[in-house]
Amino acid sequence: MSTLLINISLVSFMLVIALMITFSHRLFAIIVMSGAYSLISAAMFVNLDAVDVAFTEAAVGAGFSTVLFLAAMAWLPAEEKRDKALVILPLIVCFAAGSLLMWAVAYLPALGDPSSVVHQHVAPRYLAESYDILHIPNVVTTVLASYRGFDTLGETIVVFTAGLGVLLILTGKTGRVQNDKANNDIRDEDE
Amino acid sequence: MSDLLLSHWNYFIVVLLMMIGLFNVISSMNLVKKLVGLSIFQTSVFLLYISLGKIESGTAPIIIKSGHDGHGNMDILYSNPLPHVLILTAIVVGVATTALGLALVLRIKASFNSIEEDEILNVKRAINSRSKSS
Amino acid sequence: MKNNPILRVVTKTLFAPIILYGLYVQFHGDFGPGGGFQAGVIIAAAFILYGMVFSLEELKQLAPPRIVHALMAMGALIYTGVGVASFLLGAEFLNYDVLAKYPAKGQHYGILIVEFGVGLTVASTILGLFMAFAGFDIPKNKKPPKRSPSVKPNASVKKRS
Repeated sequence: MSTLLINISLVSFMLVIALMITFSHRLFAIIVMSGAYSLISAAMFVNLDAVDVAFTEAAVGAGFSTVLFLAAMAWLPAEEKRDKALVILPLIVCFAAGSLLMWAVAYLPALGDPSSVVHQHVAPRYLAESYDILHIPNVVTTVLASYRGFDTLGETIVVFTAGLGVLLILTGKTGRVQNDKANNDIRDEDE
Repeated sequence: MSDLLLSHWNYFIVVLLMMIGLFNVISSMNLVKKLVGLSIFQTSVFLLYISLGKIESGTAPIIIKSGHDGHGNMDILYSNPLPHVLILTAIVVGVATTALGLALVLRIKASFNSIEEDEILNVKRAINSRSKSS
Repeated sequence: MKNNPILRVVTKTLFAPIILYGLYVQFHGDFGPGGGFQAGVIIAAAFILYGMVFSLEELKQLAPPRIVHALMAMGALIYTGVGVASFLLGAEFLNYDVLAKYPAKGQHYGILIVEFGVGLTVASTILGLFMAFAGFDIPKNKKPPKRSPSVKPNASVKKRS
């Protein structure tokens, strides 16, 4: 019961912060609030027994992503220009999608139901055999690196590719070079 | 009805968070706010997965040794580790792709001197009409 | 922030413990919460802290971008290398059983090396991202592409909603 109470208060808190982000127009405030949002969602993950995920979310979402946004804000204006945001059409789209999902949510198993179909597939096998065969207590690590090593290989490559893309976009030479000096520089390098 | 609300509270909030994130992405003209909205959307999906993996009165999926024979103690209820693995990698990939988006925003700012969607479109339209007339 | 003595001393004192904690998370990931992804971010955080308090130039002396970029690819290569090694030893791709005499031992080695590769890639990618963003510079003399002088960005903004 206490888990449920913590649960309900934390998710409600997340909802309040998300609403504050929607109604704020100052980008610095929005970025710091999204950091707080990530931190609360990390607390939420601990409450839902996902300690590894909470660890990652606290380090990445609340820490690094905020730093990244703030570093980018050095070159961006601090205020969102107001009074021209679309309101009616997005509201219609969101409520249409949201009400469909709400309808679907009512058919999901209750939170924490041990007999739900999610817990009947491969997860019991992972839990039952991974310690006896591999002697590694953390099941998340064994599933991550061994049972589903292919997935993780793909994810690592995606992280690498995204980093490569950012480096090419930010530090690479631009395709169109306008000023003559830069043109000359490139020509000099070619010769 | 109130039973449903209480036992599905997480899922309802997940849908609401998703709606807020989607609203920010569509409604805001500012590219940075769009990205923040996208990350709210992303976190709501993470929360949905982790909520599905929770087992009532379960504990984190780190097996506790049962003293005598060196086997894992299977009397304890562990939560489902599979969603944790999926979301763990998704978070890191998510921040890498957000960084990619942010890098594009910086490039747009360097080229168009604005990060508001409608101003960028106006400049693009002006360039197009100029190249057509010449 | 370079002139603030408190920040300087605290950063220099915390730098090694943060990296030590990152290594603990990396190699203790088998027994408690942790693993390559988290450890990579923590180790990168130590360098990012150094770069924020001192300057980007000093960070580039500490971690030269060339090496950081090479390590990005190195981590992914280590991961794939484990797969190829098990391939060459006569099992399927990424089947760690054949890496040592006993399958359980082989799985241990495989998971450890693979997590190390993941940690290397994530740490250097995060650090490379930070250095790219902090070092980005909008050129002052660069004009926006061929904008006609009569059109200002705000000129024909339609009032919507």
